[in-house]
Amino acid sequence: MSGVRLAERLPFSPTITGATAVRVLQQISRDKGSTALLLAIPCMLMVLLKLMFHDSEATFERVGPQVFGIFPVIVMYLVASVSTLRERTTGTAERLLTMPVRRLDIVLGYSLAFAFLALLQAVLSTLLSIGPLGLDIKGPAYLLMVIAMLGALLGLALGLLVSAFARNEFQAVQFLPAGVLPQFLVCGLFVPRDEMYGALSAVAKAMPMTYAVQAAGEAATHTGVTGLFVRDALLILGCVVLVLVASATTLKR
Amino acid sequence: MTKHSGVVHQTETSAALPGDLPAVAAYGLRVVRGRHTVLQDVSFTVPRGCIVGLLGPSGCGKTTLLRSVVGVQQTTAGHVQVLGYAAGAPQLRTRVGYVTQAPSVYADLTVLENLRYFAAALGMRGWRREDAVVRVVKEVDLASYADKLVARLSGGQYSRVSLAVALLNKPDLLVMDEPTVGLDPMVRRELWLVFQRLAEEGTTLLISSHVMDEADRCDRLLLMRSGRLLAGADRETLLEHTGCDDVEEAFMHLVQAASDAEERARRRAAEQSLLPALPGFLDQGGAPEAERTYFAADTAR
Repeated sequence: MSGVRLAERLPFSPTITGATAVRVLQQISRDKGSTALLLAIPCMLMVLLKLMFHDSEATFERVGPQVFGIFPVIVMYLVASVSTLRERTTGTAERLLTMPVRRLDIVLGYSLAFAFLALLQAVLSTLLSIGPLGLDIKGPAYLLMVIAMLGALLGLALGLLVSAFARNEFQAVQFLPAGVLPQFLVCGLFVPRDEMYGALSAVAKAMPMTYAVQAAGEAATHTGVTGLFVRDALLILGCVVLVLVASATTLKR
Repeated sequence: MTKHSGVVHQTETSAALPGDLPAVAAYGLRVVRGRHTVLQDVSFTVPRGCIVGLLGPSGCGKTTLLRSVVGVQQTTAGHVQVLGYAAGAPQLRTRVGYVTQAPSVYADLTVLENLRYFAAALGMRGWRREDAVVRVVKEVDLASYADKLVARLSGGQYSRVSLAVALLNKPDLLVMDEPTVGLDPMVRRELWLVFQRLAEEGTTLLISSHVMDEADRCDRLLLMRSGRLLAGADRETLLEHTGCDDVEEAFMHLVQAASDAEERARRRAAEQSLLPALPGFLDQGGAPEAERTYFAADTAR
C-alpha cells in the first residue's frame, strides 16, 4: 500500500504527532488560568496601546499593526519554553525517546498544539483591533492574523530551542530579555531601521522579528498583498523551520 | 540437554537460537562522566523469564547501569546486548519497558489520558490501544482512579501509573529503577505480586533497589558498589559462597573482601610494580553463559 509506504518514509509519524498535539492541548486546557492569560494578554496590550495613543490616532495606526508581529512572539516564547522544559526535566521526554517516538514527532506535536492556540489568539486580537478599537489598515484584515500567526510560530520555535539550553524554568524566562528583547528594540518599532547605525541596522536585518514588523507595516500601508509582504512571510517561515529542526536535534536519547 | 558417553550434546533448541539468548548481556561496560568513573568494567547477564535484582547503596551506579541497558546512556566502553540486539536499537523500542526512578508521567493529565497518549506513542491505534489501556489499568489495579488527575494520586498510585505505561506493549524485558522506594509495606507487597505474575508470564524483570530485604523476592542478584559489580549469582549460591545468613550480611562481606583484595593488589603492585591482577571469573565449565556465577573477589571461607 502506497499510503503505508509514505508514512514509513516520512521523518515523523502522523499518528504520534497528532496524539502529541492533542495531549499538549489537554494539558494546557487543564490549566484554565494559563489559557485565559495566553488568549487575553495580546488583547489587553492592544487596549493599552489604544489608550496610550488616544490623542494621536496616526501613531496608533502606525504602531498598532506592528505590535501584531511582536506580542505573539513574546507570549508564545514563554509558554512554549516553559512547557517543553517541563517535559525534559520530568523525564517524560526521555521516556518517549525510549519508545518508537521520533524527535520530530515531539517537536511537531508541540508546534501543532501551539499553532492552534496561536490561531485563536490571532483571531481574537485581530477582531478586537479592527472592531472596537477601530484600527484601520489599508490591506485586508486577515493579513494581521497571518502576521500574528507567524509571530507566534516564531516565538514557539525559539521557546523550544531555548528549553534545550535552560536548566530550569527560571533560566528559560531569563532567556527572554537575552534573546527576544534585543529583537524587540531593533525591529523598527522605536526607530526606523534606516536611521540606525550601519552595524545596528545590519543586526536588525539578521533578526527574524524585524521581518514580522516590516510585513505588518506593508499590510498597513498597501492595499492587497505586496511582494515584500510575501517575501517577509516566507523568510519568517524559513526561520521557524530552521529553529524547529535545530531544536529537534537537541532532543537526545 | 542430554548426556551420552560423557560428551555433552546439545538438543536442537540450543544456545544458538535467539530464544536461548539471555535477555541482557553486558561485557566490560564502562561509563565515565567527567573525571568520575560511574561504571567500571561491569559484565553480567540476565537470563530470560526471571526477576533479577540489582542491589547496592544509593549512588553506586545502579541508575546508570539500567540506563545503559535501556540505551539512553552514553557509554565509554563495553557493549550491552538486549534480546539479541545492541541496547537502544530501534527493534527494541516496543519490547523493552523502562520505569524511571521518579515516575515519568504527566501529572496534569488523568490516568487514562496518560495511558492513551503513551499507547499512541508506542504506535498503537484504535481498539488495540483501548484494549491495552484497559488491560494495564486492571493489571496494576488503578480502575478506581482511572479518571483522576495523576497529580492528585498518592505516591504509590503515582508510581503504579508509571509502571502501567511500561506494561502497555507487553514488553519482553522490564527495566525498573527503584520502583518500590518510599512506598509503604502493603503497596510494596502488592507491587512485588505484580512483578512475580509478570515473570511467570515470561517477562524478564531487571529491578534495582537499595533495600537488601527485597533480594529475597528475586531469582538472581547483582550486587554493586561504587561502580563495580561485586557479585552476580542466585541468592542461594551467594549465601553459600559467602557463608552468610542474609543478603545484607553477604553484601557487607563482599564489600570487605573486595576492598581487601584491592588493598592486597595495591600492595603487590607497589612491591613488584606489576599490574594488579584481580581474580576474575570463576570458570564453571559447561554452564551456559546466563547461569554463570560471578564474584569479583574470591571470598570463600
